[in-house]
Amino acid sequence: MLAMPRKDLILFLGFAAAVLAMPIWLQPFGAAYPDLLNRFAIFAIFAVGFNILFGLTGYLSFGHAAFFGVGSYAAVWSFKLLSMDAVPALLFAVIISGLFALAIGFLSLRRSGIYFSILTLAFAQMSYNLAYSVFTPITNGETGLQLSLNDKRYLDRMFFEAGAGLPSPTLFGVTLSGYVAFYFCAFFLIATFFIAQRVTGSPFGMMLKGIKSNQTRMNYTGVNTRPYTLAAFVISGMYAGLAGALLAITDPLAGAERMQWTASGEVVLMTILGGAGTLVGPVIGAWLIKYFENIFSAINDGILSQFWGFLPEGAQHTAVLISSKFVGEGWFLTLGLVFVLIVVFLPGGVMEGVRRIASMIRPNKPTPASADSSATKPHPAE
Amino acid sequence: MTLLKRGLSRRRVLQTGMAGIIGTGVAPLMFTKGAWAQEFCNNPTGDTVTLGLNLPLTGAYAEEGADEQKAYELAIKHLNGEGDGGLLNLLQPSALKGNGILGKKVAFVTSDSQTKADVARAGATRMVERDGAIMITGGSSSGEAVAVQGLCQEMGVIFMAGLTHSNDTTGKDKKRYGFRHFFNAYQSGVALGPVLGQEYGKDRKAYHLTADYTWGWTQEESMKNATEALGWETVAAVRTPLGAGDFSQFLTPVLNSGADVLILNHYGNDMVNSLTQAVQFGMRDREVNGKQFQIVVPLFSELMAKGAGPNIKGIFGTSNWHWNLQDAGTQAFTKSFGAAYGAPPSQAAHTCYVQTLLYADACERAGTFYPPEVIKALEGHEFDGMGNGPTLYRAADHQCMKNVLVVRGTENPTSEYDVLEVVQEVSRDAVDYDPAIFGGDLGPAEPAPIC
Repeated sequence: MLAMPRKDLILFLGFAAAVLAMPIWLQPFGAAYPDLLNRFAIFAIFAVGFNILFGLTGYLSFGHAAFFGVGSYAAVWSFKLLSMDAVPALLFAVIISGLFALAIGFLSLRRSGIYFSILTLAFAQMSYNLAYSVFTPITNGETGLQLSLNDKRYLDRMFFEAGAGLPSPTLFGVTLSGYVAFYFCAFFLIATFFIAQRVTGSPFGMMLKGIKSNQTRMNYTGVNTRPYTLAAFVISGMYAGLAGALLAITDPLAGAERMQWTASGEVVLMTILGGAGTLVGPVIGAWLIKYFENIFSAINDGILSQFWGFLPEGAQHTAVLISSKFVGEGWFLTLGLVFVLIVVFLPGGVMEGVRRIASMIRPNKPTPASADSSATKPHPAE
Repeated sequence: MTLLKRGLSRRRVLQTGMAGIIGTGVAPLMFTKGAWAQEFCNNPTGDTVTLGLNLPLTGAYAEEGADEQKAYELAIKHLNGEGDGGLLNLLQPSALKGNGILGKKVAFVTSDSQTKADVARAGATRMVERDGAIMITGGSSSGEAVAVQGLCQEMGVIFMAGLTHSNDTTGKDKKRYGFRHFFNAYQSGVALGPVLGQEYGKDRKAYHLTADYTWGWTQEESMKNATEALGWETVAAVRTPLGAGDFSQFLTPVLNSGADVLILNHYGNDMVNSLTQAVQFGMRDREVNGKQFQIVVPLFSELMAKGAGPNIKGIFGTSNWHWNLQDAGTQAFTKSFGAAYGAPPSQAAHTCYVQTLLYADACERAGTFYPPEVIKALEGHEFDGMGNGPTLYRAADHQCMKNVLVVRGTENPTSEYDVLEVVQEVSRDAVDYDPAIFGGDLGPAEPAPIC
């Protein structure tokens, strides 16, 4: 297992260092506060998992938020019924979302291409509506599932008495909040990144890439591809469940909107924005989108007029008026523009930009990356 | 060069460097850490204090959110001694001085909650963790209020709820760190019941359409209790998703149900859409069981009434407050809001404005920002002059007890803002209730959690 190619090892170590140092290097961007760092780590896990399905097999699922939501609900129920410890919540969430993915994948993977996408979208929207209204006793509908003082917590009660007030999630007695929670999530991000790296390089990963480049040919050579796609689907569903559980651990609440189609679309955006089929791309995409969502949406007219303070009075007013349409509640507009620009000029996402710059710096050296990029070139039309 | 070489040995550079670092940067941090330890979340140490405004600027309740933001900005101006002072001079008793809170200038940060509980929590966390907000306020949905209130309890930050009408906010989900000035669904039912009985008789069949979340559920329950006590029959109660947009699929069954009253437990854009569609279906022109068909909207606001236009004429509902009341507080607030923004304030704006002042006043009276002391100052506090008559912040559930208005859509409006008329001001005693009926537990104030 430790016999990694040197390039992979450097990538992995660099990634781990970048993730662990996030509280430092995100400081100048105004993003180094625990809640957003948690989200960076959690949605990166979600996107890395999504990429195992979409990036490797080319199957575009439009319903991954369902597994994310199921993971959250499972984790909160584990908090309510079993224990405030994070370990049972994570196990419970990953198992439940894995089973859920098995069921949905078994049905959806009978079709491919657009039909598969529509099927997953339909299943996710069904789950959302079930969570929103039909299963209200389990999900508490629009209000969201929350902890309450009279929860049972059978496992905890076996060991100690309930304290005053609402308990917070713990890890073997250590309260998971602030930077402790971030390093907990960061550990999982690094671990899941490592697994994704190993999957991509394994014979199993080669099979998945084969399915992406030409499934018909794979079938003619006598390979039954469905178990492979199903396995990829379940793995990425479990990744989503893990991410959902981590979100519930850092903030013990699960709401139905986590399963809405917009949330499913978000992870697709993350992956394409960063670069589908690459390992680091989806992570960068997730960070970009979460950064936009949390930082750009918080910029108001006051901050803008400070920013444009160097301009004369009238020009400052105009500048604030124009730029205010792109920040605050208009952050979707900025995100949309960035997305359009990336898809038009860098179809391989941010990672393609990185590769182009790298090849510009070392023009005479034919890097294996260029061969890679043609193999893993994403198909935006899919 | 020689001079440098002589003057600066390696040791000397290190020595002065270290001394400089310790002297300028690190030492104050190290030495003050003991003296000024942050004994609670976001203790403001500078000369400003930051409030976190969590507002639904997009989504089904966006219009309320925009009005709330205006009210907060006005309240903060008044607290800082700018503008005409608004209600600052009318709050009785008042410890406010018009120089900020406890001498610190009030600043604010905002976050768009998108009318979603999840996003509201993320926004509130950001404002507490990154922007150092000492208090979170706002919201126009009970789903958000309940979610953010729980978060604030965990982080040890006071939450002054904006517009939230669900019984759960100060009932089953009440929290020690959460406070609500707005009235609730139970009080709406108690206030509206007798008026409905008087106007529409004792023998009616009601059909409920209910927004499917905490507020809708409790409002439906409260309205059922109030109308069934009159002798009305409930034909059906149907839940509709929040932000549905098109309600025709829910309205068609009403026509054949034999019901002669439609109770719309909707708010914001949902209510505007469902009411408009109900009117388009010709419901108000129908006669069922030999009686004129009626529509009731238990929770009304000026913004919704404006949105629904002429459809609202003659329809009964309740309000927390109305700009057309004749007391000094209401007049002062309407004047100062109108001067700033050119339109009379909505009830959402009013409740948010008052909540900001009440928090500031409580800090002044407590003499500190330490949340458990501020909570003590708010609990059981009796005040007046805010436009709702004498009001009590009840200690048992953090609900404000005050008069409730029964309102009706104006038949002959004289201006575009004259959309609601006050039918009756139901007294505080009439809408009083035992806090124990909704259960729930406030939880502890101390030890104050440190975010």
